[in-house]
Amino acid sequence: MSRQSLAKAHQKIQELSWEPQYHEPYMKYGTDYTFRKAAKKDPLKQVLRSYFPMQEEKDNRVYGASDGAIRGNMFRQVQERWLEWQKLFLSIIPLPEISAARSMPMLFQAVPNPELHNGQAIQMIDEVRHSTIQQNLKRLYMNNYIDPAGFNNTLRNFHSDYCGTIGRQFAEGFITGDAITAASIYLTIVAETAFTNTLFVAMPAEAAANGDYLLPTVFHSVQSDESRHISNGYATLLMALSDEDNRQLLERDLRYAWWNNHRVVDAAIGTFIEYGTKDRRKDRESYAEMWRRWIYDDYYRAYLLPLEKYGLVIPHDLVEESWNQIWNKGYVHEVAQFFATGWLANYWRIDGMTDEDFEWFEYKYPGWYDKYGKWWENYNRLAKPNGHHPIVAEDVDYVYPHRCWTCMVPCLVREDMVVDKVDGQWRTYCHEACRWTDAEAFRPTYQGRETPNMGKLVGHREWETLYHGWNWADVVSDMGFVRDDGKTMTAQPHLDLDPKKMWTLDHLRRMPHVASPNVILNEMSDADREAFVADYNQQGPAGRPANATS
Amino acid sequence: MTSTEERPERSVPKPVFTDAEAGAKEFPDSGASARRYNYFKPAKRKQTHYEDVTVEVQPDPRHYLSQGWIYGFADGSRGYPLTWTKLKAWGVDNPEPERGPGSGGKHVEDWPAHGWHEFRDPNEEWELTMYRYNANVVRQINQNVENARNAKAFDQWTPNWVRFVERNVGAWMHIEHIFGLYVFAGCNRSGPTNMHNTAMAVNSEHKIRFAQDLALYNLTLTEEIEGFDGTAHLDAWNNDAEWQGVRKVAEAITAIEDDWGESIFATNIVFEPLLGELFRSGLVMQSAAGNGDYVTPTVVGAGEYDYAQRDLRWTVAAFAPLTQDREFAQHNKDLFNSWLAKWVPQCLEAARTMQPLWSQPDAKPPRFEDSLDRAKNRFAGILTDLGLEAPKELNQ
Repeated sequence: MSRQSLAKAHQKIQELSWEPQYHEPYMKYGTDYTFRKAAKKDPLKQVLRSYFPMQEEKDNRVYGASDGAIRGNMFRQVQERWLEWQKLFLSIIPLPEISAARSMPMLFQAVPNPELHNGQAIQMIDEVRHSTIQQNLKRLYMNNYIDPAGFNNTLRNFHSDYCGTIGRQFAEGFITGDAITAASIYLTIVAETAFTNTLFVAMPAEAAANGDYLLPTVFHSVQSDESRHISNGYATLLMALSDEDNRQLLERDLRYAWWNNHRVVDAAIGTFIEYGTKDRRKDRESYAEMWRRWIYDDYYRAYLLPLEKYGLVIPHDLVEESWNQIWNKGYVHEVAQFFATGWLANYWRIDGMTDEDFEWFEYKYPGWYDKYGKWWENYNRLAKPNGHHPIVAEDVDYVYPHRCWTCMVPCLVREDMVVDKVDGQWRTYCHEACRWTDAEAFRPTYQGRETPNMGKLVGHREWETLYHGWNWADVVSDMGFVRDDGKTMTAQPHLDLDPKKMWTLDHLRRMPHVASPNVILNEMSDADREAFVADYNQQGPAGRPANATS
Repeated sequence: MTSTEERPERSVPKPVFTDAEAGAKEFPDSGASARRYNYFKPAKRKQTHYEDVTVEVQPDPRHYLSQGWIYGFADGSRGYPLTWTKLKAWGVDNPEPERGPGSGGKHVEDWPAHGWHEFRDPNEEWELTMYRYNANVVRQINQNVENARNAKAFDQWTPNWVRFVERNVGAWMHIEHIFGLYVFAGCNRSGPTNMHNTAMAVNSEHKIRFAQDLALYNLTLTEEIEGFDGTAHLDAWNNDAEWQGVRKVAEAITAIEDDWGESIFATNIVFEPLLGELFRSGLVMQSAAGNGDYVTPTVVGAGEYDYAQRDLRWTVAAFAPLTQDREFAQHNKDLFNSWLAKWVPQCLEAARTMQPLWSQPDAKPPRFEDSLDRAKNRFAGILTDLGLEAPKELNQ
């Protein structure tokens, strides 16, 4: 067996393809797409005989590096600013990975091409790898990094935190609703092909610059699997394109998947890379520069555009609008500012920005200081408890935002916020594209066409709703974001671990109660709501009240 | 004399001493007791590495998922519904916490909220173990086959045995493939916890690998044995009467409607001992030596070990507690018994349809009835481990 070429071996295993003779398999997961049986080749050409030893070798390298990091005292050189954000990222990412594994059987049923099922099964195995290797990396951080709080209760945190809920779109979106929308377009065509570039390549590079070479070790190993998954998605996309009836659905799903990935991934990874780093060399790429290279050039121009000739309707307007959001409307900066505003509702510590950071931001994003500089100076001024509230309850020219019902990131580019009454409820959306996703795309009919398999957006999508009227100390306690002395908060708006400088639940008792923006919106009269929208659209940048002078 | 050109300083990140390692300072949560995942109760006194990388990765609204699932299917179901099997574990009928304006998170106070979360895979499979195990298996198989090839071991095979292997050992690859993809991988979206779904995914890997092991072994034999027909397995699988019964049952298992529990039970508890081990151990591995073949048992034996030592093990660990469940023991026993009544006759009928295969080799294996009796005894033992009794259908 060992002498056989991979191509020959792969050709042989095609003899395993199964055509049911007595019973058709139960079809649990539906799709509104239609596929003709097409002789599309398995793009992976992967045989388990070679796959398992190859993956074992990759594992050996990863775990060898892990041992080396500990023996070499890597954590004496790790930037706390950076590793604190990993408490968020590594709480989220194992679920999207394992969800990708769970989504593969949805494709077995939806895509009638047994040859492709082989590649999908290998992807399932890869994704089990990714999820557990990332849980393991986080465990290593917990054991060896100075501050284990936030790592040690990681999954409880992730499941109950608003940031975690935003991140869960990047998991539940893979496994729920129309099988092709979820497991192919959203997962492989957009999330894996476009956005893993920033997730698994750009971000680990930033980790290395901050003294952490384990994140790149693990995630570059993960990314070496992703290239196979991209091939899976491409093969399915070409099959879908061969049927004209699918084009309307492809257009819908690409719009949804592109915009949602932009909203979620750019919010999180943009923040980690720009605000989680201490590397302020002027010639290091900013997130905007990385985005332009990895996503705009490599994905949009090199991957998506050539598919136009096959009839794919590409959301050019949304691609350009995403860039507009990042470059002109400060999307990443607005998100980072919001994370820092709400530091007390999270489970990691957020370092303030220094003069060196200010200089770098101004260099990379001219005009940054005028918009965000003063707020970050206030953040530093209010970082340690000294008789004042956390910044969210102090007057720093910042209006607490409403949340987007669809992507659940707050409506931070204030001029873009829209409201709509959907399913009997007034909802705010960060952008018209998110309104369209909820009100038009995720519905049983789309542009007059029956789409009975399309999923639904459900759940308590505004986190503040659950704690409407609660005291902040009780909120933090209820979520469990408290250290082992029973009162010191897991989160802090600085990196000083001197217990005297750390916020406790006692400091929060005097704060005003939490108020749900959505509950309040639904209590407004029509006139009040119209006035509210008009005012909101005039706010910003940096969350400033409408008509603010500074 | 040489001159050294001055090179401009490269722009690279500079190492900085941060002293951010464990133990560098004392503060709340800096102690050793804070360095463990603290959101679940381990099965034993000390939590295992497997538990750390597996437990609670798949969320549960009855635990910490306070905002609930955020995507739903068209019929309104969401997440991993506990109704995707008719089996029940204690606590599942308790209502989910009702959350809304001002409700708070309503997190679980006494973890776990229901009995499904008590399951742990006794094989403790995660990525490190699954690659080590399967890489070892494929390496060993490669070496066995390579050694046989070098030793011209295939020349010793009797002509009838060559025909037997090309048709019948070859046909078995299809069973493994169907189960691997369309039962175990197929069900890994459906289980109630991450531990169940990961165990199913790993079981799927074993099956897909074994199917490919058999296919590639078949390819080697095509290259090494003159006249070995590498496509005969397709003819046997599609047309031989002996294979149609077992094929019918395998396909019927993929057609089980919306019950991952029944799919796994029918495959690993009923089909595997009554048909899988019957064919693999009761026929192929017992006959090979007498027909001059010491290689095929090493390939088939790897698959047999997968089932006997790993796949069956997790399945018993998943199902046995359900017959002792503090709330639903009788419900589960009744359900298991109904599944036994449904699947045992089908498997026994398929076994008898395979009976002529026992007459094909020159050097005869044990009698079919003896092999079947052995399979039935093995099956009855598995049922005892599960807390079930052998069904009357076993006497057929």
